[in-house]
Amino acid sequence: MKVSALERATNYVVLVFFALVVLGPIGVIVSLAFGPESASVAREGFALHVENFAEAWVVGRFGEYMTSSVIVAAIVVVIAVTCSILAGYAFGVMRFRGSGFLFALFLLGIMVPTEAFIVPLFFDMRSLGLTNTVWGVALPQAAMSIAFGTYWMRAYFRSASLSIIEAARLDGAGSFRILWQILVPIGRPAILTLVLLTFMWTWNEFLIPLVMSPSGTVRTAPLGLAFFQGQYTQGTALLAAGAVLVALPVVVLYIFLQRHFITGMIEGAVRE
Amino acid sequence: MPGRSTRRSGRAWVPYAYLAPALLVYGVFLLFPIGRAAQFSLFEWDGLGASTFVGLDNYVTVFQDGRLLEAFGHAFVLIFFFSVLPLAIGLLVAGVLNRAQVKGLGFFRTVLFLPQVIAMVVVAVAWRQIYAPDGVLNGTLRALGLGHLARPWLGDYAFTLPAVGLVGTWVATGLVIVLMLAGMTKIPREHYEAARLDGAGAFREFLAVTLPAVRGEITVALTLTIIAALKTFDLVYVTTRGGPGTSTTVPSYEIYRRAFETGDVGLATAVGVVLTAVVLVITAVVNRIGDRS
Repeated sequence: MKVSALERATNYVVLVFFALVVLGPIGVIVSLAFGPESASVAREGFALHVENFAEAWVVGRFGEYMTSSVIVAAIVVVIAVTCSILAGYAFGVMRFRGSGFLFALFLLGIMVPTEAFIVPLFFDMRSLGLTNTVWGVALPQAAMSIAFGTYWMRAYFRSASLSIIEAARLDGAGSFRILWQILVPIGRPAILTLVLLTFMWTWNEFLIPLVMSPSGTVRTAPLGLAFFQGQYTQGTALLAAGAVLVALPVVVLYIFLQRHFITGMIEGAVRE
Repeated sequence: MPGRSTRRSGRAWVPYAYLAPALLVYGVFLLFPIGRAAQFSLFEWDGLGASTFVGLDNYVTVFQDGRLLEAFGHAFVLIFFFSVLPLAIGLLVAGVLNRAQVKGLGFFRTVLFLPQVIAMVVVAVAWRQIYAPDGVLNGTLRALGLGHLARPWLGDYAFTLPAVGLVGTWVATGLVIVLMLAGMTKIPREHYEAARLDGAGAFREFLAVTLPAVRGEITVALTLTIIAALKTFDLVYVTTRGGPGTSTTVPSYEIYRRAFETGDVGLATAVGVVLTAVVLVITAVVNRIGDRS
């Protein structure tokens, strides 16, 4: 299609405009994070205040919060991805009674908002003594990720070549060997996408850790940030530095593996 | 193959064994609590003492309590900012971009999608700084000589809900642009050439060729963003806590407040059930319209 130079130039103007709109607020928080902590510090002249991050890490206790987040995210990723691979395998390549109904049950979990079950879940977990523990914070999130993960892995196993599975079966490989020695290695890209999305959702989750740890014993990074904002109304620089720290792990992964994030979130949303 | 069929029937339990771990975690921590929610919503309970069966009274309250109705109203206003506005911008921008290929689109896509991966709490903290009385927005207005427009954006009864909504627009628009572009690049070029031979202008071409082709992407974009709008929690919790007054309270925030602050556990659960019903109905309607071709 022939297009004029004007149209091409218009495109760049539009793209640059929207890129700036997106980057603007991010730039604001990053520049605040490197900015002076108070007016008296500002008078000493212009400088990049890298020490804000160290101070937020210790004084703002972001080091502690991020450690909690890493532990919770690790538990959720391991449990959710393992369960999803196994369940997706069953739905993707096996025929069995009740598969349609059971799969619909998993789809329900993708659509139902956390708000539908968080209140009774909290009180039942409290009776079991699981609130204010990493398990109380992690397991409900694992359950939510399993809903999406099963759906996601099923789609992968369905697309995997049946002839490979047939050939392996004729060689006498059992279903478990076919899964771990053939399908999982070939499916690494799909599994990596699932790992990344699960990690991101867990890292960024707010409502579940807020409700499940009312005493604040298991305070994940986003919660720590919200708490910090409520506690220290003066320290804008430390708050901004904390915000940058909280966002950084996922943003770094996104920069290096953005294809997985974008295709995962877009394809994952396109229902069959 | 007789050997195979016997093996299969002899191992009918195998698929269920693969499903078991997922079903266990999912059942215990998601399905069972959903069932419990239906039960909880029929009781009046403060979270500590004895509970009283009240039938459907909590649901009646959801539709009579002014503050709760207001919360649902705000959620619908947020749909405009989280879904309608981003979709309009996304269609326009992607439609313009699709007419000419540009280099570096991959880079711009990465940037546009960025808000999707940043924790909403971080986004909320950033925008709170922007909207602060002596924040970037008011500073810019004053520098432009528009100081009379400056106001405490998150402390003003009329402006706070749109201000919070625009944060949603900021988050969602990039996603919608990326989705629309993905749909539009799949349209065969010949379709446009045919339209041009018929003498269609840019606008007619957009309506006749582009729009019908991205129907599926529009459905996905609306589903994702409407659900995000209806279950907004982090953003309101961090920026306004529902204030000033009740001007930005939303269903999710009311659920949290009623269950864990004011001790109306049954009512909070009922709000959750109603919110879920609203989400499922709107998702179904959007997909129904999208599927019809």
